Amino acid sequence: MGEDAESPKINHTFLRDYVTEADVISTVEFNQTGDLLATGDKGGRVVIFQRETEPKGVSEEEVGDSGEYNVYSTFQSHEPDFDYLKSLEIEEKINKIRWLPQQNAAHFLLSTNDKTVKLWKVSERDKRPEGYNLKDEEGRIKDVSTITSLRVPVLKPTDLMVEVRPRRVFANGHTYHINSISVNSDGETYLSADDLRINMWHLDITDRSFNIVDIKPANMEDLTEVITAAEFHPHHCHLFVYSSSKGTLRLCDMRASALCDRHTKLFEEPEDPGSRSFFSEIISSVSDVKFSHSGRYLLTRDYLTAKVWDLNMDKGPVETYQVHEYLRSKLCSLYENDCIFDKFECVWNSSDSVIMTGAYNSFFRMFDRETGRGVTLEAWRENSKPRAVLRTRRVYTGGKRRRGDVGVDSLDFTKKILHMAWHPEENIIAIAATNNLYIFQDRVNPDAQMQ
Amino acid sequence: MFPKGTKRKFSDSGEEAVCGGGGGGDQGPSAAPAPSPSPAAARTLSSSYSLQRQSLLDMSLIKLQLCHMLVEPNLCRSVLIANTVRQIQEEMTQDGTWQIMTQALAAAQCPADRLVATEVLCRQTEAAAQASQSPKPFSVSGLEEGYHSEEVVMDGDAEAEVAMSSLSPVSPQLSSASYLAGPFGMGPCWEDDEEDGDCDEDEEEDSEECASEGEDAERHHLRADSRTGEQVFGTFEIKHPAPPSDPALEELFSDVDPSYYDLDTVLTGMQSTPKMGPYDLLESLSSHGPTALSSSTTCRSDLNELDHIMEIIVGS
Repeated sequence: MGEDAESPKINHTFLRDYVTEADVISTVEFNQTGDLLATGDKGGRVVIFQRETEPKGVSEEEVGDSGEYNVYSTFQSHEPDFDYLKSLEIEEKINKIRWLPQQNAAHFLLSTNDKTVKLWKVSERDKRPEGYNLKDEEGRIKDVSTITSLRVPVLKPTDLMVEVRPRRVFANGHTYHINSISVNSDGETYLSADDLRINMWHLDITDRSFNIVDIKPANMEDLTEVITAAEFHPHHCHLFVYSSSKGTLRLCDMRASALCDRHTKLFEEPEDPGSRSFFSEIISSVSDVKFSHSGRYLLTRDYLTAKVWDLNMDKGPVETYQVHEYLRSKLCSLYENDCIFDKFECVWNSSDSVIMTGAYNSFFRMFDRETGRGVTLEAWRENSKPRAVLRTRRVYTGGKRRRGDVGVDSLDFTKKILHMAWHPEENIIAIAATNNLYIFQDRVNPDAQMQ
Repeated sequence: MFPKGTKRKFSDSGEEAVCGGGGGGDQGPSAAPAPSPSPAAARTLSSSYSLQRQSLLDMSLIKLQLCHMLVEPNLCRSVLIANTVRQIQEEMTQDGTWQIMTQALAAAQCPADRLVATEVLCRQTEAAAQASQSPKPFSVSGLEEGYHSEEVVMDGDAEAEVAMSSLSPVSPQLSSASYLAGPFGMGPCWEDDEEDGDCDEDEEEDSEECASEGEDAERHHLRADSRTGEQVFGTFEIKHPAPPSDPALEELFSDVDPSYYDLDTVLTGMQSTPKMGPYDLLESLSSHGPTALSSSTTCRSDLNELDHIMEIIVGS
């Protein structure tokens, strides 16, 4: 490849771009304890990071590398596929990863691309038996006549080996692109949602699934709304919510009927007639929906705002946070370059007191629900070194311009923070910025409460 | 241009810069700016507002056209863009500008090197506008300055709002040919960019070309259909090649979900029952004989032939 003196430059560029594209992180998820962090990328790979346990007896100053996340395992979850019937490729990009609650020494996670959900078992092996009677150390069968005594094989520690094996493949359940998976609190079922349907699966059964929501119209020309995200309630195994491209949320109760096309509750904010434009519907499309840990609230993200809804009140959100209101005057350009269709995720912190979501220019925003204050932070390698304090950023929108402010027109719309996760118990966040993963820890307030 | 006075006030609020401007409120044309609560019908539009709206429509149609060839396009995105186009079209219909545009375009000549038609989408928006009794069928097939669409006046038949205009980026004469070729094999120039060159010919040549290419296209029609439908709206299921009103074909494909964007229904712009299949539309076409298509009789006989061939292929 690189023998020719002239070609290396071209080859390198090609390789770099090629590799980078497949490395773009497409999902980030902590497990229930926060010790494991899984990322999925566009190339269908899953990388699992494990938090180093801090050794006991080490003083604060000597903590050093402990508490940091290191690569635990990497595996290829999905391969590129081809739908022969429609002559279309099926991307191997991992859309979502969800961990199952841990039941034994092994860890289980669900990963999905556009069409297929897979259950993976992640297990460790750090011992192996030694001292067989009939086999020698290399595994060859011994000559029986050479055995003079019996011994009991013992388990000897070996180097840690992490094995990842596919345990279930849930295929052919979806005609459209899967956008969400959510594990039920019953520990036995999970849902997968595509643009028009939501299916419920049993974790042990791969050849059947129940369709619980179907919004496909009889005549596809009548299609005006699609499902954008879905999630099970964290405590009530019969409740789930799904969001739509028209900005509505529907809470469904599976006890009501087998097919939950009719919602139990519809959450919709009445449209403000004064601010209506041709882009109103597009920017109202909900890109992500998350139940709070308490199960009482819902967090949704649309293009310009993040909203908190109370499950008991369907008239409108109880809180609305402006993520990047300065983009409202740029909607036409953003429509032109397709950025208006970007799907940002949103997350709660462990105590449901802070919400976080991404933006452009490698910025992400955190909002303190009690004070209503928002802060802008940046995930960009050039500006942050390990253990450096993240400084807040500002987008200049008028008034007095401070040093370090970024103008709206100099925002880099290719650097978007779409995927992120918050540790379930501590103030540790994982931010995916294209093909880089940033993990930030709050050393000042490592526990849930934010200052 | 527009006079000052009341219009000026309106245009101020509607004149938020098209791309990259400042100001409050949603960017782009606002449907009803707060200071001017006049009813839509009586509303006088500033030219900048309608220009903005027009460019937005253009942009949306381009977006719907440009679909990934290899991977299925994003259904959510397609639906949102389609809704935007529908919204614009509804508003334009209310304003009466839709009418003006169609009339202007019917008289206009079509340049040879237009972009591939996005008329498919307009069929849907046509259908959406049915409820508001939109008077004339309209199709946007070009995205150059001004619109170039072909209009077929189907007198008194609101249902037959067929986009007679081209799926292929060529002439009015081609429109009926490509229309009928549509359900079974899109206008030959529709599906591939490479084939566009073939279509950029004289109008006279095009009709014959279209017919012959239509036959070629038919061989690949199933694939073409599904691909173009997918290109536009991302059909994710096996393309249902026949209109739903055909019971024999329905039975044949009963276990197959109809595609998101049935091209034949798209072309016919039908939404309400009873559905007219392409056969019916062809009949109504010939019975009407609009002047704009006087030279397309050749095409119609070719269409009949195509029709016949299609029947054989689908075995009905």
